[in-house]
Amino acid sequence: MISRRDFLQAAMATSAIYGASGFGNWGRLAAQQVLTQDQLLEFETFGNVSLIHLTDIHAQLVPIYFREPEINIGVGANKGEVPHITGADFRRLYGIEDGSPSHYALTYDDFAALGKTYGRMGGLDRIATVVKAIRAARPDALLLDGGDTWHGSYGCYHTAGQDVVNAMSLLKPDAMTFHWEFTLGTERLLELVGQVPFASLGQNIFDAEWDEPAEAFKPYEWFEAGGQKIAVIGQAFPYMPIANPGWMFPEYSFGIREETMQETVDTVRGEGADLVVLLSHNGFDVDKQMAGRVTGIDVILSGHTHDALPEPYVVGDTIIIATGSNGKFVSRVDLDVRDGKMMGFRHKLIPIFSDVIEPDAEMAAQVAADREPYKAELEEVLGTADGLLYRRGNFNGTWDDLICDALLEERDAEIALSPGVRWGPSILPGQPITREDVWNVTSMTYPNAYRTEMSGEFLKIVMEDVADNIFNPNPYYQQGGDMVRVGGMGYRIELSKPQGQRISDMTLLKTGEAIDPARNYVVAGWASVNEGTEGPPIWDVVEAWLKRNGTVTVGQNTSVEVIE
Amino acid sequence: MELTRRQTLIAGIGAAAAMVLPIRAFAQDAPMVGELAEFTGGAEPGTGDITLTAPEIAENGNTVPIEVSAPGAAEIRVYALGNPVPGVAAFTFGPLAASQAASTRIRLATTQEVLAVAKLQDGSFIADRKEVKVTIGGCGG
Repeated sequence: MISRRDFLQAAMATSAIYGASGFGNWGRLAAQQVLTQDQLLEFETFGNVSLIHLTDIHAQLVPIYFREPEINIGVGANKGEVPHITGADFRRLYGIEDGSPSHYALTYDDFAALGKTYGRMGGLDRIATVVKAIRAARPDALLLDGGDTWHGSYGCYHTAGQDVVNAMSLLKPDAMTFHWEFTLGTERLLELVGQVPFASLGQNIFDAEWDEPAEAFKPYEWFEAGGQKIAVIGQAFPYMPIANPGWMFPEYSFGIREETMQETVDTVRGEGADLVVLLSHNGFDVDKQMAGRVTGIDVILSGHTHDALPEPYVVGDTIIIATGSNGKFVSRVDLDVRDGKMMGFRHKLIPIFSDVIEPDAEMAAQVAADREPYKAELEEVLGTADGLLYRRGNFNGTWDDLICDALLEERDAEIALSPGVRWGPSILPGQPITREDVWNVTSMTYPNAYRTEMSGEFLKIVMEDVADNIFNPNPYYQQGGDMVRVGGMGYRIELSKPQGQRISDMTLLKTGEAIDPARNYVVAGWASVNEGTEGPPIWDVVEAWLKRNGTVTVGQNTSVEVIE
Repeated sequence: MELTRRQTLIAGIGAAAAMVLPIRAFAQDAPMVGELAEFTGGAEPGTGDITLTAPEIAENGNTVPIEVSAPGAAEIRVYALGNPVPGVAAFTFGPLAASQAASTRIRLATTQEVLAVAKLQDGSFIADRKEVKVTIGGCGG
């Protein structure tokens, strides 16, 4: 955790180098002075096979700001291990200079100042430029999409995923796996899966009734590249019907299914695979554990937990690649595959600096065409951010503090609960908040903001349950999000305790009184996985609150005390 | 018992360490004592060629798919240690059975350990187990 003094020093150092600046072209010029497209794409082609990994873009088709987490605590064997290293420690570990482009792209601190310097990141038109450049160097490179692609924006919601599918179809991935796509509902999902010109994979997607592999999703697909026989196995998010509303896709069952994973790897090895790639939406800690227990996987392309790592993580003979989220990065992995073995690799996590990488004209036109019908709605300004709005962090983020404030006031509640999801771009201080921005942090197909009563006892059960989904020491029992965000109530959490003993000192902030297990509290929240949840969609709640408040200031959140 | 399970879980991360803890840890709990003793005649099940497959986290605690396989077994019983009545399934295999494996769905009241005990042809007992979490649902990334 960074102290205020450290923060000020970092901020001053940056100002000394780049001077102070508001919005406008200055930031763009600064980024271009430091970086060039050639530098970002520089890569000496290696071996005979290239993989391109893109994951968790959450329908962010145009460039965004996205602050990485400050608080991302690992438990059990992962305590203090990547990807649970943040800020200055992360930069020291990977030799990243303070104030550099990589500092801005990969760590959280001094984000507002660096954001003004280096500009937005991502954008599918820039990603298309990068993918085309890699394909120019290696025409048979495989592009693999780790999922959480057809979810997360105003346009994606209103077209039920079509705008993203249109754009991704131009990018032509070779295969994809899934998570939030299932919340489009089975019917629409299958329609889109039937539409796309690439393989839809998931060895752990089963028919719920018969507990057999689901017909619409193949466990793996064969590819040939560099004269090598390559098997790409898919692994969808294991806990979809638990973390998301199972009633939207009742036909399917998931799970980690380590046994069938090993069987699948053995099958493709037996059929002569020279290279086995796992396109995974397990989350990083689960992939790490799986790499140590399932034998025969060469490369895991890891998604779900939104970690971005500048180097592969090696477990035995397996390398794990983490490519971040929201379109900020593309990974290129070149491999030397010979005699059925991976003999070596070269890797680059390519940051998509949107002011440096030239947009691909064809993709830019496609994205613009799909945005056109919604342009006025997307661009309407609802308020202004006084400070930085961000989401990532184990316990809170200023975006979620804002959403909880809106829930408490608009729904007249004592306590607000907001889901600990990891998607949702950031807003810089002084930046107008548009309707698009609000949807980027709230868009989903089960958005209703409920208002209900919960006893103090039940609230504790909810908090303990969610905490165990994140801090269970065995990654196979984790679901990969962050702690539920709480408004109106403070608490203390001891991460190393077992379920039922982590949460204590629950306090109603309004009165400072301890939460009474026997009393009922009025609770407002959203993203309930229960069917038939009633209430206005969360984006309407936030929009109404923003319009009433204009310029919004979110104070420092000190209501959660964390004991590691 | 709670502590033991937790330690098992932590130890179990690396490998099959979960297998080496004696089953006695569970058998001390009523009503498991009687049920297991009734099957094994008080014998302590060992480890061996028995595999219990169950999800780490149940998608629906009311119907949890499990599979158990123990080549050469004469009988396999499955116990849900946290249910009010732990005995949930018993499978017997005749001499002509092609394989000694079975799958079914069980109901789990809460997060708990599921235990499978096989009686082999020679009258000895082996066991495998798995922790299945029953959760009220969270929020994914």
